[in-house]
Amino acid sequence: MSSPISSKQNFTREGLKKQFRLSEFLAEKIISSVAFLSIAIIFLIFIFVFKESLPIFSLGKESVKVEMQQSASVSGDQPESYGGVETEDLQPESYGGLETEDLQPESYGGVEKEDLQPESYGGVEKEDLQPETYGDVQAEPLVENNDSAEGTAKEEKSNSIWDTLLTPDWVPVSENPRFGLLSLLIGTLKVTIISMLIAGPIAILAALYTSCFASKRTKEIIKPIIEMLAAFPSVVIGFFALMVMATFFQDIFGYDSRLNAFVGGVAMALAAIPIIYTISEDALSSIPKTYTEASLALGANKWQTAFYVVLPAATPGIFAALLLGVGRVFGETMIALMATGNAALMSANPFESVRTFAATIGAEMAETVFGETHYSVLFFIGSLLFIFSFGLNALAEFYVKGKLIKKFQGK
Amino acid sequence: MKDVKIQVNDLSLYYGEKKALKEISMQVPANKVTALIGPSGCGKSTFLRCINRMNDLIPSVSITGQMLVEGVDIYDKNVDVVNIRKKIGMVFQKSNPFPKSIYENVIYGSRINGITDKRELDEIVETSLRQAAIWDELKDRLGDSALGLSGGQQQRLCIARTLAVNPDIILMDEPASALDPISTSKIEELVHELKEKYTILIVTHNMQQAARVSDHTAFFYMGELIEMGKTDAIFTKPAKKQTEDYITGRFG
Repeated sequence: MSSPISSKQNFTREGLKKQFRLSEFLAEKIISSVAFLSIAIIFLIFIFVFKESLPIFSLGKESVKVEMQQSASVSGDQPESYGGVETEDLQPESYGGLETEDLQPESYGGVEKEDLQPESYGGVEKEDLQPETYGDVQAEPLVENNDSAEGTAKEEKSNSIWDTLLTPDWVPVSENPRFGLLSLLIGTLKVTIISMLIAGPIAILAALYTSCFASKRTKEIIKPIIEMLAAFPSVVIGFFALMVMATFFQDIFGYDSRLNAFVGGVAMALAAIPIIYTISEDALSSIPKTYTEASLALGANKWQTAFYVVLPAATPGIFAALLLGVGRVFGETMIALMATGNAALMSANPFESVRTFAATIGAEMAETVFGETHYSVLFFIGSLLFIFSFGLNALAEFYVKGKLIKKFQGK
Repeated sequence: MKDVKIQVNDLSLYYGEKKALKEISMQVPANKVTALIGPSGCGKSTFLRCINRMNDLIPSVSITGQMLVEGVDIYDKNVDVVNIRKKIGMVFQKSNPFPKSIYENVIYGSRINGITDKRELDEIVETSLRQAAIWDELKDRLGDSALGLSGGQQQRLCIARTLAVNPDIILMDEPASALDPISTSKIEELVHELKEKYTILIVTHNMQQAARVSDHTAFFYMGELIEMGKTDAIFTKPAKKQTEDYITGRFG
């Protein structure tokens, strides 16, 4: 009796030996490499965009005029001004990095530096930014750098890119080009705020309606229809805004410029609503039925349940939905191009034409000279858009994870 | 039975075509604990949810018959379901505190009834939590999230929340089924104390629990009310064979 049992051993060292499963291994590797590839691609895109905008950090120390005429001779100019301490061609690039920035005043702290500074003080005294240079070199390395560098090239024109970036004038193509991003920033923010003020409440209330009030049948009809709006090409929405909505709103409000921030904002709200709606609806629907039941059993009516229980519990999801909507509007190009009027004006009036960041890139990128300042500034705007949406997502992540979930779910 | 709180006459409930409750007729006495027992799927929870009309939430449900609470038919067209639920509170099988603070959980019912006075609300919180025998455990952490409590505490908080709206009748749908024996015994003690002021219906799968806490017991089987009577009588000498089989554990 004992021998058959022992011979029929189930757990042998042989049977349990580690096996190498090729297909499993390969599948795993392929999946992970695809994932890494996609992450890497995003980073590469950002690096490319940022790299293309780099010249304005280094070339910025030259006057716009000089740069336009002889962008190739930048590196040539530099060594001369520093009195031969550094003869490397890489010099302009090193200004981009902050570390080298801090080091430079110390390392050059000798006679060369002294030679430089008086020039910049003398030549550009009228500049507003100049006084900062004396005070805190470390605090604003980029500005400092440009100003001092500007001094070297000041014989041409004391008008560096960094000074113009913070002005309202966006005149990229002219005898005296100015790249003031301020009015573009204001325009972008204006359109974003207007469209979020319209899209946010509409989308969230629509989501609340479908998840808490609508019958199952109504929900099955409404949800796909609103989601279908998300598949609408933005050029169609833009065209609609351009041809129909602009006239319609002009008849109502009677403003002067037919295409303006308000029309653009409304049109972009149409693009943002489906996104906000879909995600907030999912968030609202995923609230456990037990909350609803508990609230109703306590004698709350439907809307009290919806507003006091379901909506607060879904806040993190709705917050994320709103941020995605902001991202969409912020980066929306075609609608902005078609419906906002594209005039870079500094004004708080929502009925003035505006020009957004994205529309500026869209409109001008095809007409710039490769490698020119204008080209770099457009890429710089691109990096700004990238950084902004990245920051927004990071904020959402930390804020939602940290604060909101703690507040509403106590975890 | 002299004080009849709920009088049920030929109540039937359909999920679409399927008849889930078959001509139930019973009387629930006031200020007593009535236990509803029976195997899973026999309709006892469905019946309980009929009493505060929670089944209204399910679109396919239709109901015939009468449900008289103190002589008023709660399925009458002119009766407001919200007002019924204020008078007939419910505690669910799975504790379901809102994702809010303990304090906010307790005053939720009062707040939606328009009470905003801070002192009144504080008072409501204290009395409700005291009634639910959980005040001493929670009084120092009223601002904490209710989801951080243990299962037993959450369930007693839910009872406190129900008590805070001052109902007449409390429905309990297996309130202790997910709890450990200590929490269960606390809930049972609580039920015992609460029957002074409230009429309580409790659904349970636990025979001992039914025997311990209830004054009357109703046995449901396959959507029918098989037998109802004093708990002692049901557990010692049931009139129907099915009841005896179920209680002695021969099926179910």
